[in-house]
Amino acid sequence: MKIRAEKFRLWEYLVFFIITAVVFCLCVCIGSVNIPLSDIGTVLKNAILGRPQTDALASSILLPVRIPRVLCVALTGAALSVAGTAMQGLLKNPLADGSTLGVSSGAALGAVLAIAFGIVFPGIPFAATTVLAILFAFLSLLIILGLAYKLDYSLSTNTIILIGVIYSMFVSSAMNIVITFASDKIQSITFWTMGSLQGSGYTDAALLGVTLVLCGGVILFHARELNAFSIGEDNARHIGVNVRRAKLLILITVSILIGVCVSIGGTIGFVGLVTPHMARMIVGPNHKRLLPAAMFGGAVFLMLADLIARTLLNPRELSIGVVTSLVGAVVFVFIFYQSRKR
Amino acid sequence: MLEVKNLSVRYGDLTILKNVSFSVREGQWLMIIGPNGAGKSTALNAITQGVSYTGEILLKGCSMEQLKPTERARMVGVLAQNHYVGYSFTVEEVVRLGRYAYSPGFLSGRQKEKEDKTAVEHALALTGMAPLRTKSVLTLSGGELQRVFLAQVFAQEPQLLLLDEPTNHLDLIYQKQVFGLITDWLKNPGRAVVSVVHDLSLAKAFGTHAVLLDQGTCVAKGEAKEVLSAANLNEVYRMDVSAWMRQMLSQWEE
Repeated sequence: MKIRAEKFRLWEYLVFFIITAVVFCLCVCIGSVNIPLSDIGTVLKNAILGRPQTDALASSILLPVRIPRVLCVALTGAALSVAGTAMQGLLKNPLADGSTLGVSSGAALGAVLAIAFGIVFPGIPFAATTVLAILFAFLSLLIILGLAYKLDYSLSTNTIILIGVIYSMFVSSAMNIVITFASDKIQSITFWTMGSLQGSGYTDAALLGVTLVLCGGVILFHARELNAFSIGEDNARHIGVNVRRAKLLILITVSILIGVCVSIGGTIGFVGLVTPHMARMIVGPNHKRLLPAAMFGGAVFLMLADLIARTLLNPRELSIGVVTSLVGAVVFVFIFYQSRKR
Repeated sequence: MLEVKNLSVRYGDLTILKNVSFSVREGQWLMIIGPNGAGKSTALNAITQGVSYTGEILLKGCSMEQLKPTERARMVGVLAQNHYVGYSFTVEEVVRLGRYAYSPGFLSGRQKEKEDKTAVEHALALTGMAPLRTKSVLTLSGGELQRVFLAQVFAQEPQLLLLDEPTNHLDLIYQKQVFGLITDWLKNPGRAVVSVVHDLSLAKAFGTHAVLLDQGTCVAKGEAKEVLSAANLNEVYRMDVSAWMRQMLSQWEE
């Protein structure tokens, strides 16, 4: 067996970054209208230098539509993947994710409420869906944690996952009630709950970017704690981890990540479940290495999934959640089978 | 070194421990014994703040409740009974986590790093795990895994070592190894061990002192040979313990 370094080395960062950049370029080039790489260079150069665009078609697709979309896809993938990795480490359970905990569903309920009843917050810069999604992600977390603490002081894995499943069911029935009341908006709601990053802009990308940097930073700062948790919660306490504080901080950070992602792209399942597994196969379970790898991996995975969603049935577009779930389910079963064989 | 005063633990209406007091001095190996459900492991969990309790637990005169988790971990190490590791960490990664309390976060300097490395190497060498350092813990046997966690707790450099039935599921050879290693560890000055054991023979062989618990209360405490007297054991275990032990051992006489 090869010796692993404790931290992610610079060249490893570079390799992952280059792969991500290549996939990014690929996704920007390919679409309903294919744009050659050289044109992208020209358009970007002109845009940055403030010169007038020479190629009207390329610039009208590229700058306002495709680049922000692919950017949002990459950032959402990275954020969901980091959140999933943190959950899996914290709960020492490779099946844990925002979706299994019910945080995603909770966030989705918040956003659906905003859409169904046309809730608008005056004076708040971003849309009510975002605020409500984050709020509901928080709320879900508080409910899940509150219940878990009530039932089990030490907040064990089984309790949390069980409550997550029950909570997801509860939320989905609540969602159906909301949809019944707002049947005129059912189309926009369903498309949105399946997940789509169609039409997302630079503001969304900026929000995602800031969230990823802040929350991802907090989580990466707790890599050692996550390592301890993924060996065992009791072990974490024995070696001196402030278990309850670390746990709460990580869960809150994760819920912010998920809340922002859901508000922008809807519930895109399986990203936070599958990419950490794949990253773990490549760099091992140490979170100092796993978290950066999962972040890049999540970005790549979701960009490719979005590419398939856009191009497979061109000119019609699949929702991205359908693609990730299709790909994700197959990969997940494969990984599960592998781990059972061991 | 450790003083437990009037320790009581309740889960709802259930009383697990009731006014239990005992103390441990440097160089002592205290055995907590008693039948199933006597509250032995709960007493250990209370010391590491794993359960809420009433009463006082003092470590070198400081209340354990007041200590930060890292401060506590620098003084008290725990070797638990079962380890299930879900992910394929290497032996060295697990052992290195024992240094958590010394340098949490990123702000550890070069000197600290060197100390960490020395402690980890020493612990790996002591437990004989150095050749397996790059192996995944998922591929190890139960005995090897227990030695990995023993190495982790050695790397933690505690002064008080708590053992919760550390060799319960292990083959005899590993039982012998683990108890041998701990005996050597205890020979250094300023150290003490508290362990929960089921096996009364082990308690008698290795313990200097003992606490006998029965249904959450302390029945006897003091020097091991006095606590582990026939009268005490017969009362708590409701059988003639020494007769049974002799009968078991007589089979081996040839």
